[in-house]
Amino acid sequence: MNKTLLIFRHEFRHMIKRKAFIILTLIVPVLALVGIGVFQLVSTGGPPVVETFSIGYVDEAFGFDQCTTQGYVELVHFDTPGDAKTALINGDVSEYFVIPLDYLSTGVINRYTLKRQLETPPAIATAIKNFLTSNMLADKVPPETVYRIKYPLELVTTRLTETGEVATEQGGYGNVIIPAIFSLLLALSLQASTIYLVQGLGDEKESRLIEVLLSSVSPRQLLTGKVLGLGTAGLVQVVIWLASLPLLLNLASSTIGGFFGTIQLPANFLVLGIAYFILGYSLFAALSAGVGAISPSAREGQQLSMIYAMLVYVPLWFASFLFIFPDSPIWSVLTIFPVTAPIAAMLKLGVTGIAAWELAASLAVLVLSIILVMFLAIRAFRVYLLMYGKRPSWGEIIRSLRSG
Amino acid sequence: MLAVEVSHIAKCFADKVAVDNLSFSVIQGEMFGLIGPNGAGKTTTIRMMMDILKPDSGEVTIFGEKLNEATKNRLGYLPEERGLYKKLKVIDSIVYLASLKGVDRHSAAEKANELLNQTGMLASKNKKIEELSRGMGQIIQFIVTIIHDPQLLVLDEPFAGLDPVNTELLKGMLADLRNQGKAVILSTHQMNQVEELCDRILMINNGQSVLYGDLGEIKARYRGDSVLLDSEGELGEVPGVTSKRTHKGYTELVLDGRTTPQEILAHLISRSTVINRFEVATPSLNEIFLKEVGKKS
Repeated sequence: MNKTLLIFRHEFRHMIKRKAFIILTLIVPVLALVGIGVFQLVSTGGPPVVETFSIGYVDEAFGFDQCTTQGYVELVHFDTPGDAKTALINGDVSEYFVIPLDYLSTGVINRYTLKRQLETPPAIATAIKNFLTSNMLADKVPPETVYRIKYPLELVTTRLTETGEVATEQGGYGNVIIPAIFSLLLALSLQASTIYLVQGLGDEKESRLIEVLLSSVSPRQLLTGKVLGLGTAGLVQVVIWLASLPLLLNLASSTIGGFFGTIQLPANFLVLGIAYFILGYSLFAALSAGVGAISPSAREGQQLSMIYAMLVYVPLWFASFLFIFPDSPIWSVLTIFPVTAPIAAMLKLGVTGIAAWELAASLAVLVLSIILVMFLAIRAFRVYLLMYGKRPSWGEIIRSLRSG
Repeated sequence: MLAVEVSHIAKCFADKVAVDNLSFSVIQGEMFGLIGPNGAGKTTTIRMMMDILKPDSGEVTIFGEKLNEATKNRLGYLPEERGLYKKLKVIDSIVYLASLKGVDRHSAAEKANELLNQTGMLASKNKKIEELSRGMGQIIQFIVTIIHDPQLLVLDEPFAGLDPVNTELLKGMLADLRNQGKAVILSTHQMNQVEELCDRILMINNGQSVLYGDLGEIKARYRGDSVLLDSEGELGEVPGVTSKRTHKGYTELVLDGRTTPQEILAHLISRSTVINRFEVATPSLNEIFLKEVGKKS
C-alpha cells in the first residue's frame, strides 16, 4: 500500500478512537435529542404553572384603581407610601411604586425595591405601563382600542425576490440559528484539528520518532498522510453534524413546533459548510505543520497555535454586531480574511446571505492562502524538523524560509 | 558490492562545520564502525546518509543509487535518541512501522511475534510502550529496525542505556545479521565495542576523517616496538631489548628497532624461560584515537 495511505489510515484510525473526538462528534446530536426528549416529558404534564406576584402602588394622583391584574402581576393598592414600604419590608409585595399628584404633567413614577438591579425588568415596566394606560383610557375608548394602544404593532415582513415573487428564504432568527450553531461547531472542529496536528508533530519530534519515520518515508508523505488523516476525521465529524441537523430540525419542529417550526437551512448551506470546512481545515493544517516544525516541543507548539486558533472565534465574538449592522464593511473583511473566513461566511450566510463577489473573493483568498502557507510550512518542516529543545528566533526562521 | 558510498559530503550549521569533506564506503557483509568523540559529526553523517538532512555538498549512494522509497525499504535505522508512540501497544507500533517499510501487516505481525519471542519480550506484546522500561523500549526499537529484514543496518549508539544482559543479546543478534551477509554500520563513541565487533572503521573528529580502513591493519600500523611478557623467574639480559618497564603482572620489553618480536620469543624459548603470556604490544583504539587527535591539535 502507498506509504501516504498507510500514514493516512494510521492517523485517521488513531484520531477517531480518541475519547475527545468521539465525545465532540456525538455531543451535538445527543444533546439535541435529550433536549427534545426533555421537552416532550415536560409538555405531557400539562401547561406550565406560572407564579403570579404582587407589587404595591400608591395612587396620589387619584384615578388609578382599575385593571389591577396585568399578566402575571397583581397590583395591590396602598393608601400611603408608609403602608407600602411596610408591606415591602414584610415581604407582602416584591416592590411598590408611587403615582405622584403631578403624574399627568411629568410622567414620573417613583419605584421602590429591595433588589439591586441594572434597570427595571421589562416585564415589570410593561405591567406598570399597561396598568397606567388602561386606567387613563378607561371609560373613554372601547376596550378593543385600549388593547390596540397597548399592543399597536404585529409586524409581518415578507421578503420578495427581485422578480417580485415571495422568496423561499424569509430571513429572521429562524434562518440564523443553524448557521450560528454550525459556525460554533466548525470553530471547535478547526481548533481541535489544529491541536491534534500540532500535538502529534510535537510528540513525534520530542520522542525522536520523526527520525525513524523519515528513514521510511519522505517529509512530504509524512505531512500529507497526517493532514489527510486528521482532516478526514474532522470531515466525518462535520458531516455527522450536518446530516443530523435536518433530522433533528424536523423532529424538533414536529414535536416542539413554535420557533423550531420557523427554522430554515439557508440555500447552499450543506455545500458551503463542507467547502468551508475543507478549505478552513487545509489552511489550519498548513499553519499547524509550520508551527509544529518550528516548535521544539508539543507544549510550545500548542501555545503558538493558539494565536490563530483563537482568531477563528472572532466572528462569533462579534455575532451580535452582525445582527445589528449586517451591512457593515467589517463583515466583508472578516468574510475575506482567510483565518476568519469559514466562520464569518457561515454566519453571514444565515443573516443576510453572501453576495456572489464576496463569496468568490472569500474562497479565492482562502485557496491562495492555503497554497502560500503550505509552501512555507513544507520549507519550515524540512529545515526545523530535527530541532529539539530550542526554538529558532523569528529572524532565523525568515532567513531560512528565504534561503529554502 | 558497496552498500554505502559517501563522497566528499559536507554540512554546516550556522557558523559551525559539522561534517567536512568526508568520504567512505561500506561493503555488503561487513560490520563498519563509525567512531569518534561526542560532537565529532557521526550523527550528522548518518542523518545525511538517511536523507533526513541534505548535505551542503557531496553525494551519498545506498546500494549504488540515491536514497529513494525502494532503497529506504532495504535499510534499518536505529537513531541515537529513541522514541515510539507511547500510547500505542508494542505489537501495533512494530506492525505499523514495519508496514512503512513495505511489509504487509500479516507478515509483520508474524515476524514481530518471532522477534519478541527471541528477545524474551513476547509477554509484553500487548502492553503500551509507555508501560515499558527504557531498556525494554530499546529492544522494541531494535526489533522495529530489523523486522523488515534490511540489507543495511545503521545503528547510532545501539548499546547506550542497555544492561549487560541486553548488550550481549544485541551483540549476538548483530553478529548473526552480519553473518547473514548484511552490512551493519555501528556508530558509537565506545571504542571497545567497535574493537570487539567491527571489521573496518572510520574515525572522525571535528567532522573530518582521522583514520579509515581495516581495523586489524590500523592497529598493526600503530603497533609499537615492544612486547608484553609475563614470565617466571629472573629474566636477565635479553639481546635486542633496549629497556624494560615493569607493570603490574607483566613486563614491557622495548626493542631496539632491528630485532623482531619473533626473535625475542625464540630467544626466550631457547633459554627455557617459563612464559605465561607473550604479546606484541598493540595500542587500543582509544589510545590510537588520542594519539591521532593529539597530532592534529
